[in-house]
Amino acid sequence: MFLPRLQRRRKVGRMFHAACALTSLIGLAFLVVLITRVAWEGLPWLSLKFLTNFPSVLNPPNAGVKSAMWGTMWLIGITAMVSVPVGVAAAIYLEEYAPNNRLTRFIHVNIANLAGVPSIVYGILGLAVFVRWLRFDRSVLSGALTLSLLIMPVIIIATREALLAVPQSFRHAAYALGATRWQTIRAHVLPAALPGIMTGVILAVSRAIGEAAPLLMIGALTYVTFVPEGPRDAFTALPLQIYDWCDRPQQVFHHLAAAGILVLLGILLPMNAVAVAIRAWHQRRKAW
Amino acid sequence: MVTTMETPFGSDQATTPLGVTVRPRPQRLKETNSPPPESVIAADRLTIRYGTFIAVHDVSLEIPSRQVTAIIGPSGCGKSTLLRAMNRMNDFVPSASVDGKLLYRGLDIYGPECDPVELRLRIGMVFQKPNPFPKSIYKNVAWGAAINGYRGNMDELVERSLRQAALWNEVKDKLQQSAYALSGGQQQRLCIARAIALEPEVLLMDEPCSALDPIATSRIEDLIDELKSRYTVVLVTHNMQQAARVSDWTAFMYLGELIEYDDTNVIFTRPNEQRTQDYITGRFG
Repeated sequence: MFLPRLQRRRKVGRMFHAACALTSLIGLAFLVVLITRVAWEGLPWLSLKFLTNFPSVLNPPNAGVKSAMWGTMWLIGITAMVSVPVGVAAAIYLEEYAPNNRLTRFIHVNIANLAGVPSIVYGILGLAVFVRWLRFDRSVLSGALTLSLLIMPVIIIATREALLAVPQSFRHAAYALGATRWQTIRAHVLPAALPGIMTGVILAVSRAIGEAAPLLMIGALTYVTFVPEGPRDAFTALPLQIYDWCDRPQQVFHHLAAAGILVLLGILLPMNAVAVAIRAWHQRRKAW
Repeated sequence: MVTTMETPFGSDQATTPLGVTVRPRPQRLKETNSPPPESVIAADRLTIRYGTFIAVHDVSLEIPSRQVTAIIGPSGCGKSTLLRAMNRMNDFVPSASVDGKLLYRGLDIYGPECDPVELRLRIGMVFQKPNPFPKSIYKNVAWGAAINGYRGNMDELVERSLRQAALWNEVKDKLQQSAYALSGGQQQRLCIARAIALEPEVLLMDEPCSALDPIATSRIEDLIDELKSRYTVVLVTHNMQQAARVSDWTAFMYLGELIEYDDTNVIFTRPNEQRTQDYITGRFG
């Protein structure tokens, strides 16, 4: 005996379909409104001058994001140089070398937890360790090291996922040919995992670019009229510059902030697009 | 009738009283029946555990040089575990532990003086599912030789290995193409070429045809027959017909124990053990 109730089942299916479509539309609508508003306010202020001028409190129409852009570039350069090699190497160790025992599992769980720690907490850590204890002061170096700590768990997790996705059969095939562990990893595991690692790294670095809270916490400046010339120099970054402008009462600064947001998006969106493209390309090309 | 068919062995196939088709013994083997062939790998009271589960229990057997030895038995009988012990591939199962002795030409495979990397150079392996590297056909064959410091002409080695694996004619014009462009049967022959490029002494094959269609299977079986002139082949198979067709010696395992190990003709025509007879006549397994 069956009671299929097909009408009812189809109706439930359609309702769920509609609910899912609606929620994704809501998300999309917010994004569109946000970007339109920012573009509306900021686009008229966006020019080459905006990119090449320092910020100015006395002459806002001539203000620009030169110091913030340079600061962000310094930050991201050092952050990537520190967090990518360390994060990827840690993931390789945990996934390929470490014995699967209680300690390793404990470390895995904690890294996953670290990825969920609010960024301001990393700011406090950076302030205590890099700024005060190691006396790096409120420099680019302190900021970059703080951001490195922030994104390292994300890089480790992404790299680990990418390594896990490499079929075990590749490793066995290599070992059966008399390869050492490193030869196996170097020649087969890493190349197969590289697109996944790159996607994770790009997304992690783009998260670091958008962070303001930990940089504020370590005492990074918001009003800077010079370009950092070394890792020990003081700096500001795009999110901080935007924050500073938003904080001022005059309308003109809000327009500058909107223009700054557009610059930030102009850096972030292409980076994320590259990550998506790598993933898509890899999915198409993947043979196994 | 098959009696008029010409086979590489110059005679027809025979059907045993047990209903299993057995290829007649090649002449060469009969000549070497006495003295017994030299053994390459010897297990002496070998027991292999996964945690507390005993996968292989108290197995003793010798693998003769330059012959095909088949290990048959139902799923979970420990035949793959035994095979993978021979080149230490069980090392990658963290819970595996080994008791007793397993010797490769006198070298204790699980002893402290055995380097698994070096051992696997001498004892190659072909896996159940074709597992070429996601690289070109050429690189698949050349890589093992390259990492092991091959000094000769790589192009020649690749060609020779592919010829030995009966794949050269099909791939000689597309060596730079991805190995994944090949069919499953071709991929498996590529894996065989990759293994024999290192000129191992022993070739372990873990159900090499179970993922292949009958035509590809028959090509691999022909290939195994050719390979035994140069290599010692140990073949794990689910397929009793295959064991009967290609092997010189057959070991029957059941529930981790070696029930019977003898000349393939004996196993398939007049086995000594009731369980062997029950298995090969399809009464269980």
